[in-house]
Amino acid sequence: MLAQLLLVLWTLAKVLAITLPLVIAVAMFVYWERKVIGWMHVRMGPNQVGPLGLLQAFADVVKLLIKEIVVPTNANRFLFFLAPMLALVPALAAWAVIPFSDGLVLSNINAGVLYLLAMTSMGVYGIILAGWASNSRYALLGAMRSAAQMVSYELAMGLALVCVLVLAGSLNLSRIVEAQGGGLLHWFWLPLLPMAVIYFVSGTAETNRAPFDVAEGESEIVAGFHVEYSGSAFALFFLAEYANMILVAFLASILFFGGWLSPFPSTWGPIGQGSFFWLLTKAFLLAFLFLWFRASFPRYRYDQIMRLGWKVFIPIALVWVLVAGLLKYFHIVTPGA
Amino acid sequence: MSWNDVLTMLPELYLTGAICVLLLFDAFAGTRYRSAMHWLSMLALLVTALLVVSAQRAIPATAFSGMYVDDTLAQILKLFSILSVALVFVFSEPYLRMRKMAVGEFHTLTLFALLGIMLLVSAGNLVMIYLGLELLTLSSYALVALDRDSPRATEAAMKYFVLGALASGLLLYGMSMLYGATGTLSLPGIAATLPVTPHQSLAVFGLVFVIAGIAFKFGAAPFHMWLPDVYEGSPSAVTLFVASAPKLAAVGMALRLLDVGLHPLLPYWQDMLAVLAVASLVIGSLVAIVQSNLKRMLAYSTIGHMGFLFLGLSAGTSFGNAAAVFYAIAYVLMSTAAFGVILALARAGFEADRIDDLRGLNQRSPWFAGLMALAMFSLGGVPPLFGFWAKLLVLQSAIGAHMLWLAIVGAFAAIISLFYYLRVVKVMYFDKPAEDSALLVSSDASLRWVLSLNALALLALGVFQGPLLDWCLRGFGG
Amino acid sequence: MTIQLLAFYFFAFFAVLGALLVITLRNPVHAVLSLVLTFFSVACIWMLMQAEFLALVLIVVYVGAVMVLFLFVVMMLDIKVAAAREGFIRHLPVGIGVALIMLAEMVTLIGLRAMQVAPPPNPAAMHGESNVAWIGTALYTQYLLPFEVAAMILTVGIVAAVALTLRHRVGVRHQNASQQVAAVARDRVRLVSMPAERGDPGAQP
Repeated sequence: MLAQLLLVLWTLAKVLAITLPLVIAVAMFVYWERKVIGWMHVRMGPNQVGPLGLLQAFADVVKLLIKEIVVPTNANRFLFFLAPMLALVPALAAWAVIPFSDGLVLSNINAGVLYLLAMTSMGVYGIILAGWASNSRYALLGAMRSAAQMVSYELAMGLALVCVLVLAGSLNLSRIVEAQGGGLLHWFWLPLLPMAVIYFVSGTAETNRAPFDVAEGESEIVAGFHVEYSGSAFALFFLAEYANMILVAFLASILFFGGWLSPFPSTWGPIGQGSFFWLLTKAFLLAFLFLWFRASFPRYRYDQIMRLGWKVFIPIALVWVLVAGLLKYFHIVTPGA
Repeated sequence: MSWNDVLTMLPELYLTGAICVLLLFDAFAGTRYRSAMHWLSMLALLVTALLVVSAQRAIPATAFSGMYVDDTLAQILKLFSILSVALVFVFSEPYLRMRKMAVGEFHTLTLFALLGIMLLVSAGNLVMIYLGLELLTLSSYALVALDRDSPRATEAAMKYFVLGALASGLLLYGMSMLYGATGTLSLPGIAATLPVTPHQSLAVFGLVFVIAGIAFKFGAAPFHMWLPDVYEGSPSAVTLFVASAPKLAAVGMALRLLDVGLHPLLPYWQDMLAVLAVASLVIGSLVAIVQSNLKRMLAYSTIGHMGFLFLGLSAGTSFGNAAAVFYAIAYVLMSTAAFGVILALARAGFEADRIDDLRGLNQRSPWFAGLMALAMFSLGGVPPLFGFWAKLLVLQSAIGAHMLWLAIVGAFAAIISLFYYLRVVKVMYFDKPAEDSALLVSSDASLRWVLSLNALALLALGVFQGPLLDWCLRGFGG
Repeated sequence: MTIQLLAFYFFAFFAVLGALLVITLRNPVHAVLSLVLTFFSVACIWMLMQAEFLALVLIVVYVGAVMVLFLFVVMMLDIKVAAAREGFIRHLPVGIGVALIMLAEMVTLIGLRAMQVAPPPNPAAMHGESNVAWIGTALYTQYLLPFEVAAMILTVGIVAAVALTLRHRVGVRHQNASQQVAAVARDRVRLVSMPAERGDPGAQP
């Protein structure tokens, strides 16, 4: 009994060891986003709070936490408060199977990819319920758009994952990284190049980021599903969105860019060895793309989003599943050591 | 999977490919080539039938690890299903065109249903039974709702769908119990395990649900509630389909489940089928009398015919099974002929689906009145027509299985039902046509010729019923 | 009492609670959410039985997709709650009766016997494979044909959905993306070189 209690406590400690840095990473990522977009707009970005404005994000958090939460008239109170939690919990739970380095993973389960799909597909509830419970037209419209968009892009994303696991021969994320061993050219981005693109773009759409942010579409529906949220409830949505962005960046690095593996040959000493540092670098570069997209592209129209998802991505992904199968069958791509 | 598996189920594979091609053709060819859909579908049916015939083999073959069985029974049922679907296409083509319902989906969905039938009658496994059935019924729901602006068709489709889903649930529940009791999904495996399993009570319980599912698909009382509404509500072209090939599938399903899989439980299901048969015979023959809508009347007559079919099945002998298959074939050909006449008389805005609509048909078109009379007499079981021999055989098999009382009920039901069939004949021959009625037979040549052939076949097969009966008996090693 | 057993009772409690709430809650949206809770709890129970594939697929398919669409419909429809609940009390005895009969059946036919015999060994573990790999192998070898037939059923679903809902409305302006992409500047703009004209500024009135 005591041993089991200790096990539970130890697991809790591990969970905290992942979520706390994640929350801090979200804060720093928000700061980085504002800086980068500022530079791209030829502005300064935040530079007042703390050295170089580094504490800006924390100041924002404190501001949000001490603000009042306004509940709209006739809103469904229970669901109104449940929704932000439903958005955040899957976003955090998905991190349980992310391998940060060889063996450094909270739960090394066999069906890791499926678990990820399950968790990301549940995030949509937070958004739908937020939109519905707010008793606001804008919020409901935003929720509808976002839910339709997430359900649609999940298919292309799932098919991209199928390609990866066909080549890796496993659903376990650590196995998938190990299957990419052998250097830069053995990573799956090369045989699955269209899938890597589709995965990342679908990930952008899944997280409702620009240019797929019609769910928020401030020019038409003010702020979409979270228009009625304020204070810490809004902060939870914010946290969930950015945690999901970072998750997509991590996943893309793990699935297509060799995870913790080093791009250099192993004979090159320390920089040739796989480590958490490499995963972080790759994820950072990919996460930077999110910001780049946001500063560069105008927003898609809603029907264009649907067309891209259903008529472009899904057919390409279906064909590439076949290609991946052939690559595997003829041993053109073999899982590395 | 081996090359052999593929060759064994070549007809189904061909049909699948043909359906896909037709789907694409329909989507891309545009409205100008709508009539081509009809002829391409007929071509697909012809090739499928040829493939079925060419696969004649002395010993049954299995494919895909026992999922698929090809034997004489499957071939008989498949050939007649293909034939009846071809009749459906020919009879419904003018109807659909007149009603602006000539959408390609009618053909593709019907072919999908045919594929379901073919898989169902060849099933060697509970999973295949269920999936084949779902393929068939799902297509049927959509077909019934195909006239989507008609509230009656939509209502009929909803009823069909809800009750059908319930029946599928019951069937699946029963199958899960069978699996729990025997530990296998393969039908021969179940038959081998049942006598030795310690969980026989569980299997019997599953059997109850399986029988309920089968009875629903047949439309046997007391699971018949959907049938009259669906027959009446759907467009006549779809009614024609629902009333024909799916009955062959139901016989195939019942035989696969009961004769192949659950034969060790014969004493249990024999009584259940007997009860269903009596209920169907009584309801079918009594309620049909008061109907004024021809399609509805034919629906109740279907229920009665299903009662006869169950007479043959409940015997549990190979002769009874052959009689049931023979009966199903007879029923399908009779109902295509009857509904074919309705379709031939229907025009835009005039369904010809009330019995009164047929008043004085003899004066307008003696030939078609004769064909309809032939169909009605055959449905009623007047010798020497096809329907008579079918009834005779199932009654014989019931007597052979020492169920004399059942045979007596059947004979009485046959006599009562003769009454309402004769009423249609009387209306056609002895009533004056209504002043404003404009009974016109469709001018479509293929419809007229094929319908005549169909009705005359009832006579021909009645006189020369021997070869067909032998063939059916051969399906059961007789 | 192990953690597994505790977890089982926890999830089982919520599965049953969710199922009860589905039929008793007045608000249809709440009822759908309770159904989600039931599905999720059942998935967790399967997870405890090490059937991880089934558990995760249940969440991906039902919780993640089917119930979302269901929620859509429920939110869009203005369901008259009072009307929908009419007859609830009246039909309750019948419902309870059926439920009791089903319970009695399950207990007598399956439950008691299952307590006496040991559960069959996990076939995946016997083969030394993961649950997912084992299901995958079975699905693509022994059950290949049913798998493909299931695909045909889904195709029928698509065809039926399109046939029953697609209406070609006239006068709708569709964006033809491939036409737009295929456009070349040469077809749209013609650059002509012409001598610069130099008018006489003094000629203007």
